[in-house]
Amino acid sequence: MLTKRIIPCLDIHERRVTKGVRFKNNIDLGDPVEMATRYYEEGCDELVFYDITASSERRPIDLEMVREVARAIRIPFAVGGGITSLDDMSAVLLAGAEKVSINTPAVLNPELIEEGARRFGAQCIVLGMDPVRSDNPACPSGYEITIRGFREYTGIDALEWARRAESMGAGEIVVNSVDADGTRAGFELNITRLIAENTGIPVVASGGAGNPRHLAEVFIKAGADAAIVAGMIHTGEYSIAQIKNELHQAGIPVRRHW
Amino acid sequence: MTAIIDYGAGNLTSVKLALQTLGVDALITSDPDRIMAAERIIFPGVGAAGAAMESLRKLGLQEILHTVTSRGTPFLGICLGTQIIFQHSAEDGGVDCLGLLQGQVIRFAPADRRDKVPQMGWNAVSFVREHPVLKGIADGTEFYFVHSYYPVPDDDAAIIGQTGYAGVDFAAVTGRENIAATQFHPEKSGRAGLQLLENFLRWKP
Repeated sequence: MLTKRIIPCLDIHERRVTKGVRFKNNIDLGDPVEMATRYYEEGCDELVFYDITASSERRPIDLEMVREVARAIRIPFAVGGGITSLDDMSAVLLAGAEKVSINTPAVLNPELIEEGARRFGAQCIVLGMDPVRSDNPACPSGYEITIRGFREYTGIDALEWARRAESMGAGEIVVNSVDADGTRAGFELNITRLIAENTGIPVVASGGAGNPRHLAEVFIKAGADAAIVAGMIHTGEYSIAQIKNELHQAGIPVRRHW
Repeated sequence: MTAIIDYGAGNLTSVKLALQTLGVDALITSDPDRIMAAERIIFPGVGAAGAAMESLRKLGLQEILHTVTSRGTPFLGICLGTQIIFQHSAEDGGVDCLGLLQGQVIRFAPADRRDKVPQMGWNAVSFVREHPVLKGIADGTEFYFVHSYYPVPDDDAAIIGQTGYAGVDFAAVTGRENIAATQFHPEKSGRAGLQLLENFLRWKP
């Protein structure tokens, strides 16, 4: 049986891992390559790196960091932040990443999804999205897409955007709830379930993981294929093994050999 | 020398890095002479079968692959590389492939729509028989898969390991004599994947 993936997320700022609530009050957590190596050895299934300022500072992604990570770990990882062109995608993939994650640039230029999938394969193209609960009548799902690190509302319906991205060739969707992000109070189950039930590609739940029960919930109740964890492991409160043991005991298939 | 065959089907960085971890500096090549001279051959690939076969034809590698495998060179297929060593793939409207192994490649047809296609992620491989490339790896170990199609060998004797997904138990590891082939990516499958690659590098079929 295909296992549910546990994916630590490392937010990168100036070559360091950082964590803040809603992109504010960021604190330094450590070296990205060291942290990636540790989570790899502890049995995480995949990793994701977001260069959280590359985009706003309009600078290219740190390829040397990607290369170092690729040398250090032998599991797939995705890289996002500051990827705005096919050339950016190509550079990141050749540096050793398995996938590229595009969020704001995909909203501003949806062809990027289509062209990226055609050139590199759909399995390489991850659509990241930051939906927020909204009563905007243009958003019948009740969730609106935000861009530029939650700062800008787009009037785009989250479910419609997910379906469109799938039809354009996205291989996976990371649903990062603005409402839940950084709260560690549990994932936003509703929007995750809506997208998981109405698309045919894997859905990665993101934002709000605070304990293993939250992960069990999003797998069982929302049908997520994978879940992103950050604060709950970065603080040392939980280990990957603890999370996997609890999920296993709850009857959820997880990878047990590493 | 171990050759990683480059036929334009995807990114070979992770295969090369995995071998480097094992202390082996493999040669990425599409040069027929170098492939003929290689002691071992790794045949990776991601993408679609049609374009991959077209590319092999253009590079003149079809005959070379038949020649090196028939004279006993240890050969490891990975993912798309595994699929196109069978006789035929249903991808791209149907494509005749290399035929190094007997059988077909078909697409997942899940009855339950929660089984997404492609299968993406870690799934357990049950070992059907012992094989040198699986030495030291526990039966039921999970490996990393990304694929929409899977091989169906004509002869069950070609099935080395199998995996359950979308209502079928498919052949995740196949082979005969000096050919071994994995539908998953050993180069992205953590320690178990490295063990498999290391076993392949030591294999004397």
